[in-house]
Amino acid sequence: MIKYIGKRLFYAALTLLALTALTFFMMRWLPGDPFIGEKAIPETTMKALNKKYGLDKPMLEQLFMYIGNVLKGDLGHSIHYNRPVNDIIAQAFPYSFDLGIRALIFATIMGVFLGIVAAVKRGTHWDTLTMLLAIIGVSVPSFIVGSLLQYFLGLRVYQIFDVRLFPITGWNTFASKILPSFALSFGSLATISRLMRTSMLDVLGQDYIKTAKSKGLSQKKIIWKHAVRNAIMPVITVLGPIAAAVLTGAFVIENIFSIPGMGRFFVLSIQAQDYTMISGTTLCYGAFLVIANLIVDLAYGFIDPRVKLTNVKE
Amino acid sequence: MSKKNVKENKLNKINDLNNENITDMNNNSQEITPEKIDVSRFEWIGSNTTESETISRPSTSYWKDAMHRLRRNKAAMICLIIIGIIGILSIIIPIISPYTVSEQHVTHTYAKIGYTDPGDGHVHLFGTDSLGRDVFTRIWYGARISLFISFTAVFVNVIIGIIYGGIAGYIGGAVDNVMMRIIEIINGIPYLIIVILLMMIMPKGIMTIVVAYAAVAWTGMARLVRGQIMSLKQQDYVVAAKVMGAKPSRIIGKHLLPNTFSVVIVHITLSIPSAIFTEAFLSYIGLGVPVPYASWGTLANEGRQLFQMYPHLLIIPAICISLTMLSFNLLGDGLRDALDPKLRR
Repeated sequence: MIKYIGKRLFYAALTLLALTALTFFMMRWLPGDPFIGEKAIPETTMKALNKKYGLDKPMLEQLFMYIGNVLKGDLGHSIHYNRPVNDIIAQAFPYSFDLGIRALIFATIMGVFLGIVAAVKRGTHWDTLTMLLAIIGVSVPSFIVGSLLQYFLGLRVYQIFDVRLFPITGWNTFASKILPSFALSFGSLATISRLMRTSMLDVLGQDYIKTAKSKGLSQKKIIWKHAVRNAIMPVITVLGPIAAAVLTGAFVIENIFSIPGMGRFFVLSIQAQDYTMISGTTLCYGAFLVIANLIVDLAYGFIDPRVKLTNVKE
Repeated sequence: MSKKNVKENKLNKINDLNNENITDMNNNSQEITPEKIDVSRFEWIGSNTTESETISRPSTSYWKDAMHRLRRNKAAMICLIIIGIIGILSIIIPIISPYTVSEQHVTHTYAKIGYTDPGDGHVHLFGTDSLGRDVFTRIWYGARISLFISFTAVFVNVIIGIIYGGIAGYIGGAVDNVMMRIIEIINGIPYLIIVILLMMIMPKGIMTIVVAYAAVAWTGMARLVRGQIMSLKQQDYVVAAKVMGAKPSRIIGKHLLPNTFSVVIVHITLSIPSAIFTEAFLSYIGLGVPVPYASWGTLANEGRQLFQMYPHLLIIPAICISLTMLSFNLLGDGLRDALDPKLRR
């Protein structure tokens, strides 16, 4: 177990290192240099500037300096906003986290629930309906869901019935959080419900379900005590990738609903070509996801003692 | 039936497998009295050795069988037809359309669906956009770009994936271990972030999206091929080929890869919607196809800015993106069922 945790931590660190190196080289490959301005800079001044910021050192040394800075928690200074990247992230992250967590929780609970319903009522209209919803959810991108919800439930309902059911933008009241969270969770909800249905059908065919049935347990007890507990395992494994999907989906959802979260800053900084901001947010996202994946991997071992973590390979 | 029996039956509905057992048991409870049958009513006709060995039906290959199963899947066939129609329209419409993609009609901008201009008699099936460009032409031109990007990207993925996965799976051991760790690290970072970073560095263009997407998305294919090769290379016929002195290139090309095709085809079909989504996503956040071109993503992005006044400008590309993704997803599901009946649910 300890060996496994160590191994996972090692890979997590390696992944982050790769990401840091990637962002570093991206910054170096970009055209132009940091001191470009209106006036031409004399060569001696240029040399002095390069020396001051360590740009005259070899590439590898610069990379180590950059990694050192990142480890110290210094992500640089945003060119576009003229503020430290750390400040912006600290200010924007809570919004993104709030949105992401809401979407993730909603997607998991609803997805698991729909999956159970579809499996238990297999072959009925409920099954067809749920799976239709699931395939639509997988196929319709979140930015389309978001825009359509914003237009029909936000704008049209207000125009036609003159009631402000859901605000179109913002992130303050509970009502304003419903549409973005739902739009963000829709795709993940669909993935989870499909997975849950398959896994639930698999479990329901097992012998121990027959045993439970023949010893006279009620259907409720069989489903909740015996089937769901085992069927939910594959869902937990995909929570890592799902978190990634929710995170990247938030880029557009935050933009559509004007939520001042990190995704919005990320997209705006791409449009403004604010490189420090881009690499800073990228690293923050990467770190967050690597940690989320790590937690999911470890949690899996604790929840299902049958999984021998040391033997896990692909 | 007693109340308990009814309840039991209800319970059994949750499991189809058991339904059969229950009906069997009910039948058994009715008594069957054996009837005396006279032996003289039967006649020994002997065995016909030639007839018992004849093949009464034409033999079907694996692929014929799979195609037969696919043809019975209505949803998948409808999706195949939809994909065909979208493909054909995307080729034909930009050619036969009376308007070019960037032709502007300043006299009638923001025209509604099915608009006919009273002045010059121009018909705009899907209306026009902010610059008076014909949306119908642009949609099908966008389809060309979107489909071209996703097909090329997936094609590149498949090539890289097969080579990488094939090598890792065939050689195995330490090489495999290192190659898989590399994939693990790439998979640790959300692919959209890498694609966005790559898009930042490279010059804007259609091929940039293809390269950026292909640089990240091949890992799934490589893993799949590797797993297949790993299990296939232990089969007896591979050992037999080796014993007969076949070169590794022949074993891989002739014996291993053709047997992975079914899984690869399913993966391709399910990768295309993901490629379409990526292109649309990138264009939507302003990183995708550069201005003179139009893709479904850029059309949706243009539409979004005018959404509150002219919703059809977003809804039409949105439907196109969703319908195409939906068709490929359903077709992929159908193909998986057809090619691997064991997995069927």
